[in-house]
Amino acid sequence: MSLKTEHPVEEQQEQQEQQEQQVIRKDHSYRRKGSGDFSKPTLAGLIGRYVLLTVVLLLVIGPFVWQLSTSFKGPADDLYTFPPNLIPTDPTIENYIKVTDLIPVYKYAWHSLLVAVGAVISSVVLSLFGGYALACMKFKGKFIALGILVSTMLLPGEVTITANLLTINSLGLANTLWGVFLPGAIAAMNVLLIATACRMIPNDVLDAATVDGATTWQRIRHIVWPNVRGMASVVAIFTFIGQWDDYLWPLMVLTDPNNYTLTVGMAYLNGNFSPDPRMIAAGTMVALVPIIVLFSVMQRFFFNGVQEGAVKG
Amino acid sequence: MKSHRWYTPWLLLAPPVIWVLVFSLWPFINTVVLSFTDARPLQPVNPVGFAHYERLLTDEQFRYALITCLIYVVVCVPLLTIVPLLLALLVEKNIPGIALFRTTYYFPVIASVVVVALIWGWLFDSRGIINQALEWMGVVDQPVAFLVDRWWLLATAILLTVWKGIGYYMVVYLAALGNVGKELHEAAMLDGAGAVRRFISVTIPSVRGAILLISVLVAVSAMRVFTELDILSNGTGGPGGYDMSIVMLIRQVGSGLNGNLGYAAAISVALFLLTLVPLVAIALLNREKKAKVPA
Repeated sequence: MSLKTEHPVEEQQEQQEQQEQQVIRKDHSYRRKGSGDFSKPTLAGLIGRYVLLTVVLLLVIGPFVWQLSTSFKGPADDLYTFPPNLIPTDPTIENYIKVTDLIPVYKYAWHSLLVAVGAVISSVVLSLFGGYALACMKFKGKFIALGILVSTMLLPGEVTITANLLTINSLGLANTLWGVFLPGAIAAMNVLLIATACRMIPNDVLDAATVDGATTWQRIRHIVWPNVRGMASVVAIFTFIGQWDDYLWPLMVLTDPNNYTLTVGMAYLNGNFSPDPRMIAAGTMVALVPIIVLFSVMQRFFFNGVQEGAVKG
Repeated sequence: MKSHRWYTPWLLLAPPVIWVLVFSLWPFINTVVLSFTDARPLQPVNPVGFAHYERLLTDEQFRYALITCLIYVVVCVPLLTIVPLLLALLVEKNIPGIALFRTTYYFPVIASVVVVALIWGWLFDSRGIINQALEWMGVVDQPVAFLVDRWWLLATAILLTVWKGIGYYMVVYLAALGNVGKELHEAAMLDGAGAVRRFISVTIPSVRGAILLISVLVAVSAMRVFTELDILSNGTGGPGGYDMSIVMLIRQVGSGLNGNLGYAAAISVALFLLTLVPLVAIALLNREKKAKVPA
């Protein structure tokens, strides 16, 4: 206390200097992180950027929006006026019900869901096991296993589709959802993706767990799984989308309209009934909306996973 | 210290290894073998030597399918290599709301080709919104036969493929651009390089690897085109089947109770060899480039 009272002037000066320094720092924001960026956009550049982004956005979602609008148009709506009516004048959800008179859309969607969810579960679980073995275990013949997995990665699925159909037929799975599901139950690519993620786990951690008496299963469950969940979600998203959207393979396997998946059913609807565009629109929305919702919810994992992959090369 | 029994890794790896053997490697060998036989469902199989391959050379349908696929490749490769790069540069910077744009640009990728092709069929219908717009603007008097004429059908299908593929390759470019340092751009800027100059001299060389990779991916997938043409032409392959792709031809030849499995297998082998061409080309290109660097 006494010291301060003896030098009040000095103290004031000091305080003033400190304040000035703070003011200087506030004004000259160049010291802040990231402010050395030469390519910092100007206001005009930023506006131009948003305009371009919006134009592309319209080109991307325009067709979807037009289809969505068509699916809600009632019989009194003229589909063929121009300029077009984006908002239905006679809005209805009838089309989503009437389309089932032609094909059982919701049953087909259920079939697609069964195949897709089945493939997601088998892909994630089996890729986790395989990826862990490939990345974290030492054993003889690892290169043989790796060689087999990599061997056919450049082989397009379309090349083997005739022969695969013969295999499925000889297994007695022709015209069944099992036949659709089976070949896509695991993919070599997914095993390699999970293996990449497993390599990031320090060996010491796994060794320590082994010393503590953890079994292989416990190590996978408590150490590996929490560490590769991000990559596993990428595998899950890709598998779900791939199976839900697949057309050629279910088209080959399924011959009975009772067993169709959604994509095959929609093609069947389009090809055999020449129906009202409103009904096709309703059917396509049933196929489209679940996957858009799923992706929007999961997109954070997806883009993070892509960036992770980039860093790891 | 032994952390696992000797057979544990093999148990863990058994499913994927068996799957690859049963659903990729074996069918591939089977395809090659079948292509030298006259196999048909439920009939005795006899070897026919190279007869199917000789037939490929003269088969008019195969020639049209090949032309369709080659046009697909030639048009898709430049478009899907350049446009996604420009788009990636547009969404690269983290400005407010950019996540929304990135996510939305990816919607066409996650939508099924069947769904998109059905939407396309409605947009490009003879009374669809595109024709309405063209007539309203006075560009055409008669509706354009987008889905009926051989060349228009092919163009519409290619436009669909490009529209649907842009988002996918954009993300690949985004990953590649993330690895490019800012320093080069700053240095170029200090040297007075404009935006176009920096794009050509900094951006393109630094994502060269991604450009090559994407052009190969696009070429291979364009060669394998099926769904777009199948749905837009209602499975017919357009007027006279001129717009049939190679995969459509495989399906048409090989399916059904009287399917010619042997000939379908021969077309499959031809397709496989065709998809190898871009891969080999890029491998050679890379080797040449590497050889030049020390000199």
